[in-house]
Amino acid sequence: MTTRQDTITDGPLLEVRDLGMTFPVPRGGLRRAAGIKAVDGVSFGVSPGETLGLVGESGCGKSTTGRMLVRLLDPTAGRVDFQGEDITRISQRALRPLRSRMQIIFQDPFASLNPRQTVQQIISAPLRAQGTAAAVIRREVRDLVGLVGLAPEHLERYPHQFSGGQAQRIGIARALATRPALVVADEPVSALDVSIQAQIVGLMERLQRELGVAYVFIAHDLAVVKHISHRVAVMYLGRIVEIGDKEEVYDRPAHPYTKALLSAVPLPDPAAERVRERIVLLGDPPSPANPPAGCTFHPRCPKAQDICGSETPLLRISGAGQRQVACHFPEN
Amino acid sequence: MTLLEVNDLAVEFTTAEGIVQAVKGIDFAVARGQTLGIVGESGSGKSVTSLAVMGLHRGAKVTGSVRFEGTELIGAPDETVRRLRGRRMAMVFQDALTALHPYFTIGDQIAEAHREHHGSSRKESWARAVEVLGDVGIPEPARRAGEYPHQFSGGMRQRAMIALALSCEPDLIIADEPTTALDVTVQAQVLDLLMRLKDERGLGIIVITHDLGVIARVADEVLVMYGGAAVEQAGAERLFTAPRHPYTRGLLESLPRLDAADGEPLHAIPGNPPSLLAPPAGCVFHPRCPVYAAADTGQRELCTAARPPLRLLADGHRNACVRSEETT
Amino acid sequence: MTGFLIRRLFGIAVTLLVVCAVTFCIFYLLPNDPAVQFCGKDCPPDRVAEVRQQMGLNAPLIVQFGRYVLAIFAGRTMGSGSYAVQCHFPCFGYSFQSGRPVWDLMMDRLPTSASLAIGAAVIWLLLGLAAGVLSALRKNTWIDRTVMVATIGVAALPVYFTAMILLYVVVVVLGLMPYPRYVAFTDDPFGWVQNLLLPWTTLALTFAAIYARMTRSSVIETLAEPYVRTARAKGLRERRVVGRHGLRPALTPIATMLGMDLGGLLAGALITESLFGLPGVGKLFADSLAKSDQPVVMGITLLASFFIITSNLVVDLVYAWIDPRARVS
Repeated sequence: MTTRQDTITDGPLLEVRDLGMTFPVPRGGLRRAAGIKAVDGVSFGVSPGETLGLVGESGCGKSTTGRMLVRLLDPTAGRVDFQGEDITRISQRALRPLRSRMQIIFQDPFASLNPRQTVQQIISAPLRAQGTAAAVIRREVRDLVGLVGLAPEHLERYPHQFSGGQAQRIGIARALATRPALVVADEPVSALDVSIQAQIVGLMERLQRELGVAYVFIAHDLAVVKHISHRVAVMYLGRIVEIGDKEEVYDRPAHPYTKALLSAVPLPDPAAERVRERIVLLGDPPSPANPPAGCTFHPRCPKAQDICGSETPLLRISGAGQRQVACHFPEN
Repeated sequence: MTLLEVNDLAVEFTTAEGIVQAVKGIDFAVARGQTLGIVGESGSGKSVTSLAVMGLHRGAKVTGSVRFEGTELIGAPDETVRRLRGRRMAMVFQDALTALHPYFTIGDQIAEAHREHHGSSRKESWARAVEVLGDVGIPEPARRAGEYPHQFSGGMRQRAMIALALSCEPDLIIADEPTTALDVTVQAQVLDLLMRLKDERGLGIIVITHDLGVIARVADEVLVMYGGAAVEQAGAERLFTAPRHPYTRGLLESLPRLDAADGEPLHAIPGNPPSLLAPPAGCVFHPRCPVYAAADTGQRELCTAARPPLRLLADGHRNACVRSEETT
Repeated sequence: MTGFLIRRLFGIAVTLLVVCAVTFCIFYLLPNDPAVQFCGKDCPPDRVAEVRQQMGLNAPLIVQFGRYVLAIFAGRTMGSGSYAVQCHFPCFGYSFQSGRPVWDLMMDRLPTSASLAIGAAVIWLLLGLAAGVLSALRKNTWIDRTVMVATIGVAALPVYFTAMILLYVVVVVLGLMPYPRYVAFTDDPFGWVQNLLLPWTTLALTFAAIYARMTRSSVIETLAEPYVRTARAKGLRERRVVGRHGLRPALTPIATMLGMDLGGLLAGALITESLFGLPGVGKLFADSLAKSDQPVVMGITLLASFFIITSNLVVDLVYAWIDPRARVS
């Protein structure tokens, strides 16, 4: 993709270091609350205008991470720097001006749109919060609606009058109203039908080209993430197990989990499916409330050795590029 | 031998907003040892079709013909269909957490079906429940049979759902989005299990899903549905390599693929799925169809005149597009 | 499980203490002076001051509250010198009106209220559940519509109106029953039923209407659950599908409601008892409130809170028994 080089400027837009989230578990009596480590020691950076894909199965902590990036959740460890400023410990009031530069869109487009507001009111809300003049707002909203592929006559309608795909377009228009530098997209297309998914993915890609916005694209669908991302981080049980350029992670996965995950996705090609070599993992992902010792993947890992059960592997550069992997025995 | 034969199936619901024609004119057949995949997006009528086959629509008008080993089920006494349900044809539902009863143990729910159809004792039926739980790969089945659904993990629950379907040794299993609620690594296990059972027991299987990858992995024959109508049917390999209907082609082109080359763009199908309350006249796909869009007025009338049925082509491929010759 | 119970019982104790404190404050802030109440209207001021001293009303609020709570568990000596009276456990003080211990007054009245509440609950449950389930199973038929119209009508009737109509028709016009008066179950079981039938019906009708509507919507909702569809897909007979797989979960919320309603009514159905002149806790409350008999009113308030909170716990235990998901491991 050529767009990334065009828009990259110096320094990362977002820098995440050792981010952690421990949810308290209410336990009765005098016993101390143990806590569930939903996210543990997550670090990555996002450059202006690029898309970082965050993939993993349910319960891997990808959504929790996304929410911490925009401070919808307060991390219990680590820090998030946005445009060079530590936003982890600043007050909600100090956060308010930053909100216009970082936005989030969610999976269920209807749940995140106020059913009693018109599209005009929904999209203009972030602008009104900024104190933009009414005349400017009217013009901006009109532009935004066109930008996301809706018609001006849609402005006076209410969310329930739209299909899922159209509602997601409204959500995107609202997120883009203040021209943010970063949009965290939490499963933005997984509630949509395949033919509509492609419309929204295409729209997000076009908006990135036109506006230079960076995305953190969170999804469980590996194919969608491959399509839209420049770099990809694979999460398992609250940790990043592999992160790197998309081509490297997808074409030459270094972590056994990434490899198994990719091989488990059925391809829409019966002939290829018949001869394909699959690594079928045993069992379900373990519960974050009771993670295995050492490498959390070791009980399901086909390559596990003794050390994997005792020592937690750290992210290390693997191979020629910038790809990092947290495994004692990475693939070549 | 053909196990299930469906002809001209139609299902109609009366709602507050009017009559909804959920599916119309559906034909297909399933043989033993064969897997039919029914693929479609939301509102395509794929789940409605499966419930109609099982006789599980209440308050809906179901017409046409559903023959199970030659026995006509549409219009048959409820009791006839009930005796087949669970015993000869069984169903696996999407989300096992809501599809299994929260108040009863897994073993109890499986044993109950066995007792109903075989008149077995509590002890016999429980033993059968433990046996099928073992068959689907649940470790320590004797202990786990006494647990409740919420104590099972997602993958184990879906296995238990399959065990329930298997308990009376049915000939046909209808699996409605059997892996949609599961993670991809667990999905692979469950699909492998279904295929193993099909081979070992010579089951006929209908897999209903929106996921073309799942279809490609398991289906021998594929039926593509859109807006309550069947638009295309072919052998799996044929359908994926040489799709004929513009909708099937659009669907495949709009799908992000793991095996795609880098930078290959997605071609979304423009517009939105049709409303079932007021479907477009003629071919339901025409408002989104590139062939229709490119046609001139005279040709367009072909698409809007009447709803086109599936037509059998020389090579066994069936296609509903009236302009299929031009679209191949 | 024991840990759960201990935690819940502790919670109950704290809640009751809070209720106690709030009621105490409310009465403290009321304009009428307990000393005047106790002494009588024409009491000379110096006598009032004396009584005030004896009753401990000059002590700070917190001390008075402490004494009150302590007395409930440990008993208390009221007054001093020649006026000293020993109030035994559980001590809620003495009625200003009758001079009897509040506890004894409440316990005298409790069987009447409990008889009324439990009998009425049986009637409204039978009526409400039957009508609700029937309505749900025959959804959108004339049966359903009739039940729904009837329940709206009955629920809208004020209790005193129902009571008057019933009394007039059954007692006055038809002469089927005597005018209700309370007969203890232990004295004469038949008379107990005969005399309470009208109050039961009066109290039960409104509840039955509400329960019928609740049951209907709960059953309809449950029958649409995927697990009910699974039961049908297994090939079970419709009776079993509805009875075993549908009704049990549908009736769980009704059990919750029953617990709360019954808990509230045990401490007296104020209007019904007054209408029929039944000597229950509710009537005692109404009379005491009218005469500003503060110790009695406070005692009954606490008794009512105790019943409601306890029934809440019972409901939770029943829930855990019905629904395995609610069980604490």
